[in-house]
Amino acid sequence: MNTMDTAIATHPFTRGINPRYLHLLTKGATYERFGADQPIFQETFDADRFYLIHSGHVALHTFIPGRGVTTIETLGGGDALGWSWMFAPYRWHFSATAADPTEAVALCARTLRDEMEENRDFGYWMAMRVSGVLLERLQMIRVRMLEMYDPPE
Amino acid sequence: MSIPNLTAAQHPFLNGLSEPHLRILGKTATPKRFAAGDRLFREGEAANGLYLVNTGNICLQTRSAGQPVRIATIGPGEVVGWSWLFPPFFWHFDASADETTEAIVFDAAQLRKDCEEDKAFGYELMKRVAEIVVSRLQVTRLKLVQSVKHDLAAALPKGE
Amino acid sequence: MTRRNELAPAASVDPMLPTPFRIARRTAETADTFTLELVPAGIACLFGFTPGQFNMLYVFGVGEAAISLCGDPAKPESLFHTVRAVGTVTKAMSELEPGATLGVRGPFGNGWPLAEAEGKDVLLVAGGIGLAPLRGALRWLLAHRQKYGVIALLYGARTPDDIIYRRDLEPLQRSCELILGITVDHPNPDWRGKVGVVTKLIAPVPFESSNTIAMICGPEVMMRFSARELQLRGIPDERIYLSIERNMRCAVGFCGHCQFGPDFICRDGPVFRYDRVRSWLNIPEL
Repeated sequence: MNTMDTAIATHPFTRGINPRYLHLLTKGATYERFGADQPIFQETFDADRFYLIHSGHVALHTFIPGRGVTTIETLGGGDALGWSWMFAPYRWHFSATAADPTEAVALCARTLRDEMEENRDFGYWMAMRVSGVLLERLQMIRVRMLEMYDPPE
Repeated sequence: MSIPNLTAAQHPFLNGLSEPHLRILGKTATPKRFAAGDRLFREGEAANGLYLVNTGNICLQTRSAGQPVRIATIGPGEVVGWSWLFPPFFWHFDASADETTEAIVFDAAQLRKDCEEDKAFGYELMKRVAEIVVSRLQVTRLKLVQSVKHDLAAALPKGE
Repeated sequence: MTRRNELAPAASVDPMLPTPFRIARRTAETADTFTLELVPAGIACLFGFTPGQFNMLYVFGVGEAAISLCGDPAKPESLFHTVRAVGTVTKAMSELEPGATLGVRGPFGNGWPLAEAEGKDVLLVAGGIGLAPLRGALRWLLAHRQKYGVIALLYGARTPDDIIYRRDLEPLQRSCELILGITVDHPNPDWRGKVGVVTKLIAPVPFESSNTIAMICGPEVMMRFSARELQLRGIPDERIYLSIERNMRCAVGFCGHCQFGPDFICRDGPVFRYDRVRSWLNIPEL
């Protein structure tokens, strides 16, 4: 197995995956290297990739009127990046930039969508896994919101 | 109970589902009505329901240092109840009705079984769940980013 | 669970009578947080304490507040307390200048399980001003470095401006004696560090979950979620410790104002093992 195949097989996102599906993920996938401050994707553009971060850190950011470019979250090795590829209209809801030198596998979104429709077992597994990760993220964001709540003395 | 003639029109979540899938869902569905203040479920309890809200509002809340804190409000056309999907299968927050609320409630244990037995059904269901979670994540992210108190940054430190 | 260990002295003299201390120094940490260095106003005395304990600080004419001790336990000549000005007493305290007198009762409560942690990996997880009760613990751990395995301090603050103890943290970032992770919720344009919830800092730390003690302090929601995350990483509940805060009145286990489940924070805490308090973390205040 080459670097990319290993990176996919050992990434937490694919934990427990039926080995038969691994080749569905690698179809059309590329191994990307980003330098510090290099943009990965831009809000409103076509969401055509699903990234599995191998190493480094990625800042998710958006533009808030009155505040400027604001980082929402930092992701790192072991995280999955990007969900807009799964849902119409398949456009990024935020931007992502490498905060330091970052390596990631970029899976081909169109291939993934086609495979999920054709192979329902795979589609179910992917949808479950994506939902699981999303729910963890939602919990974390909620915790951050709740921490804003300062109990009185 | 069940809803034998569950139709896609009954809630946006069901939009686009095929007849056979609607019938599977209908078997575990129960229409419920909650009065203002009624508790749907409590943090820490075993999670066993997917709620599609048709009318009214549901308050999701938790406690911080003993004080109740609202996490989110779920209104008509929206969905509440994910914790039945993944281990450890208990609720991560309290839910109660803000006002008179009507919802379609699904038996989660049965839904899990149905998903495992019929992967095509599981895929359709989970795809919808994922989509709703993504939009909830987006909304919450933006709320978080916009919720910094401005005076925090503006105040000057005292003392030396 | 021991209420005190051999490092923790009981409150000296009459625990109901405040001893006068003088403010030797006042340092601003953030917009609403400051650190006071206190020295005895009368006869010099050595005030021993263990990290995790707290004092009742009395502002004459205003009232008392429970504030954790955050100084180096090996240097008891001065007492350090980091205070957030949120209520009547602490706001009055924030107006005091060096030279002013405060009444001190204490130390009360129990401390972090530093002796039990010997031979183990240690994770300190702090949120906001929750870093204050852990600061003395960190000093101790680093002063006795050879007795511990991996030491990690994971710290989350709301904004970069809310980070306390910057002067301590900056050299620690370059130290090879511990792993330091810092994250904020809301960055400013100059922030080059991580953004997100403090539990995200846990994953890269190479601790051995069957031989790790975790000490958590911060807003209650943050502690609940951090404890859960550590649980998921395989650390047993009996090895996870939290510092619980509740409104304090007598601090000697008498008035019941700080009751928490069946326990009194002043008498049975503030440091609690997670398995003991797990079910109480959602109950309302008195």
